[in-house]
Amino acid sequence: MPTTSTTRTISVEINGTSYERVVPASLLLVHFLRDDLDLTGTHVGCDTGSCGACTVQLGGEAIKSCCMLAVQADGASITTVEGLASDEGELTPLQQSFHEHHALQCGYCTPGMLISATALLEKNPRPSEHEVKVALQGNICRCTGYWNIIEAVVAVGEEGTR
Amino acid sequence: MLLREVEYARPATIEEAIALLSEHDGARALAGGQTLVNVMKARAASPDVLVDLADLDELRTLSFSADQTALEIGAMVTNTMVISSSEVEVARPILAEVAATIADVQIRNRGTVGGNVCVNDPTNHYPPLLAALGATFTIRSASGERTVSAEEFFLGVYVTAVSEGELLTKISVPTRKPGTGDAMAGITLGAHGTYIASAVATVSPEGVRVALGCVSSVPVRATAMEERLEGSDLSEPSVRAAAAGLAASLDPPSDVHASAEYRGHLAEISAIRAVLQAAERAKG
Repeated sequence: MPTTSTTRTISVEINGTSYERVVPASLLLVHFLRDDLDLTGTHVGCDTGSCGACTVQLGGEAIKSCCMLAVQADGASITTVEGLASDEGELTPLQQSFHEHHALQCGYCTPGMLISATALLEKNPRPSEHEVKVALQGNICRCTGYWNIIEAVVAVGEEGTR
Repeated sequence: MLLREVEYARPATIEEAIALLSEHDGARALAGGQTLVNVMKARAASPDVLVDLADLDELRTLSFSADQTALEIGAMVTNTMVISSSEVEVARPILAEVAATIADVQIRNRGTVGGNVCVNDPTNHYPPLLAALGATFTIRSASGERTVSAEEFFLGVYVTAVSEGELLTKISVPTRKPGTGDAMAGITLGAHGTYIASAVATVSPEGVRVALGCVSSVPVRATAMEERLEGSDLSEPSVRAAAAGLAASLDPPSDVHASAEYRGHLAEISAIRAVLQAAERAKG
């Protein structure tokens, strides 16, 4: 029978880099990313699973890293907002579209919005406005009124059809 | 938020998971964690040991029973898996329709059917749905396996038939027979929020089943309404007449979102809407 422990050695691949760390079982994934790995692009907003600022991709799927323990991510592959642009700083088409459509004001929700929209576009490269709204339902923005964000995501899909 | 220190194990087999759950007082099974992790933050639950079911692949299967009469949903099947399942689409599409209205994409990606029912929050979507569909629940322990009905499974707020040392392994939902229609209706907080009142109806040649959510600690079957609908033409006036008195028969809780009286009223309206929609779908 496996033994129980208050810590666990976890191996995770984050933005293409492999990490092996000993973490407490009680550590939230978002704190592991921010505090242990200094990947502070992933934000803590509400810390209750409501706002989506902590969204990362886990095995390609958007998930809320404040609603998951770091130990649960053992063996997983994760993408955070730091993993989107190239090492040379070249933005992804989605990030470029956010820039062009003024899809952010304070920017606090932006990492989560970008990750949720990236996960959507990987599954559905040409989402409709409705599909974008559904995909971003778990991400709250208190500045933009959402329209510029939705337009930015839809525009990336339309760009791909040209 | 920092969580209280907790012991953790990730068993490789169901037997190991059950042994861990039996051996430790205060052990809790960890499925997707979309409820449990958040209640641990709020200190509303403080398990001493978390038994993570993540590696138990046999709990992540969604398939037909050997005799094809039921969909067998592993306890660790996520809402997203339910939404995209071709088996669900063929055999009981209401499951996918309802799963798609739970919370948001991120939570649907992690949240599991088994976790949702084992929490048995009275406002959750699956308890009334599975009660109306006549689902059964398979629970395993060191001494064997037992299968219980929804009436036997949901026991109270946050309390189910799964007791210490036991694990819910699968939920079996009868496949839809010809002439059957299912529908869920209700009033939520915001478009995809928590239900204030909900109702699920199933209309089939055998009759009408109606289960209400949010009005008690467990799903409530509207049996008097079901009986009045026997042989009914299921027209709107007939369904409204059959529902008359439903609200008065309930003893729902009162909270900031709705008084007991108003919640009862919403439950009655939801039941009418669910039956009418299910009847329309039963026509094919």
